[in-house]
Amino acid sequence: MKVTLWGTRGSLATPGTATIRYGGNTSCVSVYGPDGTVLVLDAGTGIRPLGMALPRSLRRVDICLTHLHLDHIQGLGFFAPLYNPAVEVHIWGPASTTLSLRDRLMRYLSPPLFPLRLRELPCQLSLHETPCADFTIGEFRIASALICHPGPTVGYRITTAAATLAYVTDHEPALGVPEFPMSGEWTSGYDLVAEADLLIHDAQYSSEEYAQYVGWGHSSLQHAIAFAALARVQHVVLFHHDPGHTDQDIDRLTTEAIAATRPTFAVTPGAEGCVFALGSH
Amino acid sequence: MAQQEIEVILIRQLASYLAMPMVIVNPVGTLIFYNEPAEELLAMRFEETGEMPEDEWVDALMLTDEHGMPIAREALPLVIALHERRPAHRRMWGQGRDGVRRYVEVTAFPLVGQAGRALGAVAIFWEVKHA
Repeated sequence: MKVTLWGTRGSLATPGTATIRYGGNTSCVSVYGPDGTVLVLDAGTGIRPLGMALPRSLRRVDICLTHLHLDHIQGLGFFAPLYNPAVEVHIWGPASTTLSLRDRLMRYLSPPLFPLRLRELPCQLSLHETPCADFTIGEFRIASALICHPGPTVGYRITTAAATLAYVTDHEPALGVPEFPMSGEWTSGYDLVAEADLLIHDAQYSSEEYAQYVGWGHSSLQHAIAFAALARVQHVVLFHHDPGHTDQDIDRLTTEAIAATRPTFAVTPGAEGCVFALGSH
Repeated sequence: MAQQEIEVILIRQLASYLAMPMVIVNPVGTLIFYNEPAEELLAMRFEETGEMPEDEWVDALMLTDEHGMPIAREALPLVIALHERRPAHRRMWGQGRDGVRRYVEVTAFPLVGQAGRALGAVAIFWEVKHA
C-alpha cells in the first residue's frame, strides 16, 4: 500500500510562501494498492494535481469522502477522471438524515456554484453511501463509521493483507471528555483506528487554540497523539493543518506536542508530497 | 470491549454535562450509563455498579405506581421507548440503593441513529417533590 498526501490543509486552501513545505491544498490522499487499485480519500483542492498524475490507462477510481464540508469536496469538479468517459468513478460518502449523497453533492456540483451538473459529467459515475457494511475495492477491505464532527462525517479503515491505514480527519474525539482519552469503548473513532500501521488524523489546533474552538469538530496536536497512543497505532500523521499555521508554526507545534506527550511511535506532520509505504508494497 | 456508536458516545457526553438525571440503555436494554444527577437519585455510582442488564436494573429500582402496585416491565417508559421505538412518559415510585423511595416523573425516548439504526433509549427523570 502506497499512501501519498496531496493536500494536508484544513478549512481553506492556503497557498503562499509561508506554507510551501507542508502545502496549501486542502485534504486529499491517494492510496495505491499492491495490484494497482487506486483509492482517493477526500476531494479537497489536492485532488486536482492527483488527477493529473494518474496513469491514462486507469479505468476505475474510487473516492471516499469523509464528509461534504467544502474543504473536502472543493476539488472534485477539477478531478480529471470525471471528464473521461472511459473511467468508472465511484464516490463513497455520507448521506444526511434527510438528503441522499447525490442530492448533497448536487448542491455543490450545479450552478451557480459550479458550471456543470453532476449528471452532465462524462465519466461512468456511481455513488455509494457510507457508513455501510464493510466493502471491498480491489485488494482493499474498507470499514467506515461515523465519527465526532458537526454533520454526518465518516472515518475509514483500509486494510490489505499486509497493512492497515486509518483515515480519520475532521475529528474531535475529545469533545466533552473531562480527561482525554477515556477508554476505547467510549472514544469516537477507536474501532477504525485500533492498531493501524498508519493513522492520518486531524491536528488542526494548538492546545491553546483548541480551548477556543471546542465543538468545532477538530483536534489539537496533543489530542491526535493521545488518540493514536490509546489506539496503539504504529505511526500517526498530523493532518488538516489550520490555515493560519505557517510551516514554522507547524514545526514548532509538532515539537511541543511530542515533548508534551512523549509518544513511543512515529509522529509526522503531514506535508504535501509525503509518501508512506505500508506493508510489503 | 467494542467501541460504542458515535451517537451513543455523544449522548453520554451530553448527559455528563446536564444537571437532570439521565440514563442510557443499549439496544438490548442494558443500562450502559447514568450521569451524576441520576447517581444521586438512584443512590449508587456508575463507577461502582458499571453496566446493568435490564433484569437487574428493573428489579433493583422496585418501580411501583401511585398505589404501590408493581409496574409491568412492558409499561415502563424506558422499555416502551426501547422496544416500541416511541417516546413514553409516566409518574412512578422508585427506590434507590439507600432504601429511600422517591416519586419521579420519567420521560424516555428511543435513540435512532443515522440510517434508522436502533441504538438504545434514554430516560430523563424529574423527582416530584410534592406527590
